[in-house]
Amino acid sequence: MDILRFITAGSVDDGKSTLIGRLLYDSKSIMIDQLEAIEKQSKNKEDGEIDLALLTDGLRAEREQGITIDVAYKYFSTPKRKFIIADAPGHTQYTRNMVTGASNSDLAIILVDARNGVVEQTRRHSIITSLLNIPHVVVAINKMDLVNNSQDVYNNIVIDYAAVAISLGLKDITYIPISAINGDNIVEKSPAFPWYEGESLLHILENVEVANDINYTDARFPVQYVIRPQTEALHDYRGYAGKVVSGIYRKGDKITVQPSGLQSIISAIEIGGKEVDEAFAPQSVVLHLSDDIDISRGDVIVQSDNQPSVENELDVLLCWMGNKPLIAGNKYLLQINSRITRAVVKEIEYKLDVNSLLEEPAPEQAALNDIVKVKIKTASPVPFDSYKKLRVNGGAILIDETSNVTVGACMIQ
Amino acid sequence: MSQHRLDYLDQLESESIHIFREVAGQFERPALLFSGGKDSIVLVHLALKAFRPGKFPFPLVHIDTGHNFQEALDFRDHLANAIGEKLIVRNVVDTIKEKNLTEQKGKFASRNALQTYTLLDTIEEFKFDACIGGARRDEEKARAKERIFSVRDEFGQWDPKLQRPELWNTYNGRIHKGENVRVFPISNWTELDIWNYIKRNEIELPSIYFAHNREVLEWQGQLVATSEFIKLDEADKVSVKKVRYRTVGDMTCTAAVESTASNIDDIIKEIIATKTSERGETRIDDRVSEAAMEDRKKNGYF
Ligand SMILES: Nc1nc2c(ncn2[C@@H]2O[C@H](COP(=O)(O)OP(=O)(O)OP(=O)(O)O)[C@@H](O)[C@H]2O)c(=O)[nH]1
Ligand SMILES: [Mg+2]
Repeated sequence: MDILRFITAGSVDDGKSTLIGRLLYDSKSIMIDQLEAIEKQSKNKEDGEIDLALLTDGLRAEREQGITIDVAYKYFSTPKRKFIIADAPGHTQYTRNMVTGASNSDLAIILVDARNGVVEQTRRHSIITSLLNIPHVVVAINKMDLVNNSQDVYNNIVIDYAAVAISLGLKDITYIPISAINGDNIVEKSPAFPWYEGESLLHILENVEVANDINYTDARFPVQYVIRPQTEALHDYRGYAGKVVSGIYRKGDKITVQPSGLQSIISAIEIGGKEVDEAFAPQSVVLHLSDDIDISRGDVIVQSDNQPSVENELDVLLCWMGNKPLIAGNKYLLQINSRITRAVVKEIEYKLDVNSLLEEPAPEQAALNDIVKVKIKTASPVPFDSYKKLRVNGGAILIDETSNVTVGACMIQ
Repeated sequence: MSQHRLDYLDQLESESIHIFREVAGQFERPALLFSGGKDSIVLVHLALKAFRPGKFPFPLVHIDTGHNFQEALDFRDHLANAIGEKLIVRNVVDTIKEKNLTEQKGKFASRNALQTYTLLDTIEEFKFDACIGGARRDEEKARAKERIFSVRDEFGQWDPKLQRPELWNTYNGRIHKGENVRVFPISNWTELDIWNYIKRNEIELPSIYFAHNREVLEWQGQLVATSEFIKLDEADKVSVKKVRYRTVGDMTCTAAVESTASNIDDIIKEIIATKTSERGETRIDDRVSEAAMEDRKKNGYF
């Protein structure tokens, strides 16, 4: 059994939370006591209607306003898969929370209200899906019950969305008509759409192939922590603890430590205290090297014949998440995996217009939830890969050193 | 590359180990909050995998309410001893005396709320900057919303409307003096994942997790162990039943479930078949209000 992590995205009230509630309910993943609790809170309980969105809208403020504010994580499994769901908020104001949920997703379900079609927030979430390079996309056209399950309405939205998808370069898109509230096409294929030839949503989720999304070619190992017991028995033990974020490492491999460029050979690999011959992504392991070289947290151990870029000038697509605006010249901390370095945003090259998808050159500043292209200079060289090629070594965050808050998501080009 | 596929438990394990090592790498004075319950026992096992043959870069810390099951306390001492790691215990009773706190009254007078005082004092005493806990997002709807690195102010408060963005597996643990971070390495595990992991790794548990005979009080459909901490009335229905615990908390607020499951396999079967959630079946304290957990967390509760 493997894991599929997915997010529900789309505009306010398109039915993201309801969809997840329905998915959990129809797959019998909700316990009686949880159901009783939301039955009690549902506004229309007299009509026997329960508000399935209450299953994920877990904060008081969310239930009072009937909206999602921050990501909720929900879990269920079928015999095929364990699913980790991130239910994202649709409100523009909370886009950074959507980005949080999307960053770890293998798949995005982008909901569209059949009555409204593709709107600004659909585009915004699609841009983020594309920027974050989420490998699989399902476009779920929801509330079909409110448009008489019309095939024409559905087809028109598919055509509209396909244009967006092409301009954003989204890959692997599946379209599906649903009614989250009635459960049509969620777990079982529904007779409401005799013209629809695809499978139910759950069937799609169970069968999308994710194993190929892991990169086994470009080996990267950011060192998190050095294990040095310094006891008498283990006097010389020095293990580099970290996670293989991509690729494969074998005993005897020639490696280079970046950014120092020092070289050595892997003398041993341990997983959970046991020696093994190889380690692969995404295993957490301990590496031993045959030479005593200077390595500390933040360094990246790579195969000598497959190197990342090591530079101090970065071209970055940036989702700005700070409440204060970003102005060229501002200084931040840049954290990529376990490495932290000082950085300055030298220049804002352009801002992406969410509606036209056009680039607005040289804006004065970037505000909360803007997507901009920037040039960043770091105080010391950073080992990285292009995010498009290797998501696990091309994403970085910017931290405001005065507030300590995470203010930017960087996709290094 | 089929030989290079991790099964879901291996993926969860690796993610948790990674989080543990981020704590070790980012903080000066972390602590692992250890209760003797199954989730914190799994945390300890994950820490062993993350740091052995080195020592843990943190002590185990237990906030003892004085209402714990003896089996859990014994197990706590046994495990700390067996792995040779430092255990710090602080008692809620001492805080009650020192600070003149008022104890709850009533049939199931609980120290659940008071333990937050002891926790915050302990954090201050040792200047802990990160506290690792075994909360899972599948437990409760407010927990489903919390980040893996969750920043708390100097009063231990969680502000659910002001959570930091948390991208990829890049955790921002930077804080101001006096603040601390609560870290939840098993956020993405479900109850069933925990049991399957315990089985696969043959992890030892306190005996109360397995079916045993116990004198219990039947109270609003729940079975509460009789003890010196619970006031019995004449009308109370008390009997000996075969039960096990699904969670281990205070004796005053944790209910048992009727069961004959005496080994892990049988427990897993029961968990798969159950129609009630872990908290719903075993926690007496969550029934008070819809937002009970959210409110407690806002006030510094773990
Ligand atoms: N008729 C109909 N109504 C639906 C359907 N799906 C959702 N709704 C309703 O649409 C409203 C909004 O649903 P939510 O699930 O809260 O929407 P959301 O996308 O999660 O909203 P945010 O998280 O705040 O962005 C609720 O009143 C739902 O009952 C559907 O398929 N048909
Ligand atoms: Mg919602």
